[in-house]
Amino acid sequence: MDILVCARKVPDTAENEIELNRAGNDIERDDLVYSVNEPDNYAVEAALQITEKIGGSVTVVTVGGEEDDDVPRREMAMGAHHGVLLADECFQGSDGRGIATILKAYVRRNHFDLILTGVQGEDGAAQVGGMLAAMLDYPFASLVNSIEVVDGGKLRIGREIEGGSREMNEIDLPCVLSIQTGINEPRYVGMRGIRQVASIPIPALDASDLGLDTALVGAAAARVVRIDYFVPPAGDGARMLTGRRPEIAGQLLEIVAGKGGLN
Amino acid sequence: MSRVFCFIQHAEGKPDDSAAELLAAAAKINPVELPTAVVTGWGKDLDIVCEGLCACYREVWKITAEALVYPNAELVRKALAGVLPHGSILLVPHNHFGIDLSPGLSIKLDAAYVPDVVEIERSEEMALRLVRQEFGGQISAHVLCDISSGAVLNLRPGAFHPHAQAAAMGRVREWPVSLERPRRRYLSTVPAEAGDIDITKYKVLVSVGRGIQEKDNLALAEDLAEALGGAVSCSRPVVDAKWLDKSRQVGSSGKTVRPKVYLACGISGSFQHLAGIKGNPLIVAINKNPKAPIFRVAQIGIVDDLLEMLPVTAHVRQKRGVAAH
Repeated sequence: MDILVCARKVPDTAENEIELNRAGNDIERDDLVYSVNEPDNYAVEAALQITEKIGGSVTVVTVGGEEDDDVPRREMAMGAHHGVLLADECFQGSDGRGIATILKAYVRRNHFDLILTGVQGEDGAAQVGGMLAAMLDYPFASLVNSIEVVDGGKLRIGREIEGGSREMNEIDLPCVLSIQTGINEPRYVGMRGIRQVASIPIPALDASDLGLDTALVGAAAARVVRIDYFVPPAGDGARMLTGRRPEIAGQLLEIVAGKGGLN
Repeated sequence: MSRVFCFIQHAEGKPDDSAAELLAAAAKINPVELPTAVVTGWGKDLDIVCEGLCACYREVWKITAEALVYPNAELVRKALAGVLPHGSILLVPHNHFGIDLSPGLSIKLDAAYVPDVVEIERSEEMALRLVRQEFGGQISAHVLCDISSGAVLNLRPGAFHPHAQAAAMGRVREWPVSLERPRRRYLSTVPAEAGDIDITKYKVLVSVGRGIQEKDNLALAEDLAEALGGAVSCSRPVVDAKWLDKSRQVGSSGKTVRPKVYLACGISGSFQHLAGIKGNPLIVAINKNPKAPIFRVAQIGIVDDLLEMLPVTAHVRQKRGVAAH
């Protein structure tokens, strides 16, 4: 089975506190540490587990700038067979529909049985996979937390729904799935793995390579535009306990007991 | 002004709680004209839902086919794309179904799509000014959405507060549709596994998130939970890392809990997590990051490393003993 995984880099919230910049129109991007969007690693792992079982290939694609070739490279260190970068100045400022349009152009020029995305990015949008599927006229399922290859033409998948229940579906190939975190345990990538792929060239394709109508992508085509970032007012906020740890603990226990929390 | 539609989810003849929230949001887009409800389904349950909605909507579009008896997003998408007029604004709850349905629907309708909207600030002829959150709620963003060829807006559950309104005396308009066999077919729903303990039964929950850092540190939370007569629950990253069973997860994709005290330790406070905390408990947040969104919903906050704070609290509790209270 030939599988495409769409991945990208995002500011790593485990490594950074996200703050407003001084002008208040963006987050402070100096010194931000970027990592591959966490759910995308689960998608790559899911793809690898399928090809290890039944054969095939895993290609990782990212839409970004020239410096984003480290995304497919990192996923190749996990075991992905191919990496490709879709980069063009005219892609900048694309909204979700624009990104899906770029990916569609790449998919149309290749052959994939299955396309995976992470469930969502740092913006919590969870949109590109579903848009891409609609553009390709492929079936789609979101929040996928189990995949089983039934036969050549079908998958049996689980979707995470309310309350921890799982909705089981059968889906025809080719299809697009958005992968929920927790579906597997993404394999560890060590320094040795990174070194092994460090010199592998990542092909970069631009709008003309993709035969893409540039009027459909980029800032000018975007129907959804982020104007600014802001920190919402705190509301009443929490009453903060301060002091030495044993004092704080004492206060906390009294408050908890006052609430009838302790037996 | 574009016509506003609200997609009503329903089960067992009752509309979902989100129905009233969508109505409140629709009034922010068009305060003058009542929106139209759009409902898909089949049979008696669908009839009952549609009749009930006439009290709040000027019109109720009832899209009916036997295949719609289970809400399969592929079929619902096809049905809506065939019925909604070009340029419509459609409001959908941003839950597991809305996430499945809407991105693709916006493409089929050639409409803009904005996911997980938490506020509608301004409504103009050709654009909406909306608020979203990014980075797990750490920061908010204003978003401008071009509605000149319509829009699908997914609204965060709980973000829009229902308000009372005059009776609408709407009428049902029926749209029978014919649908082919879908390429994604619903098979069954597997209920969540029970797990070793039932966290919904405890008055005190010591709940841990990503800040617990590694599995071995869970013992610190277990010790405090034991000292307080409570149990250990968690947020999603702890389950994803396989440190705790899914049955311990609090949130929209986990358990809904109603404790008296909820100690959120190293939990940032995403809306999916908060959606699982009901019954207005005392929420105590312990987090190293003073800007963590959890401090906006907690009544009591402690900015500290939970790996330090939990053992001290357990120790003080043990020393005082039950008699001290």
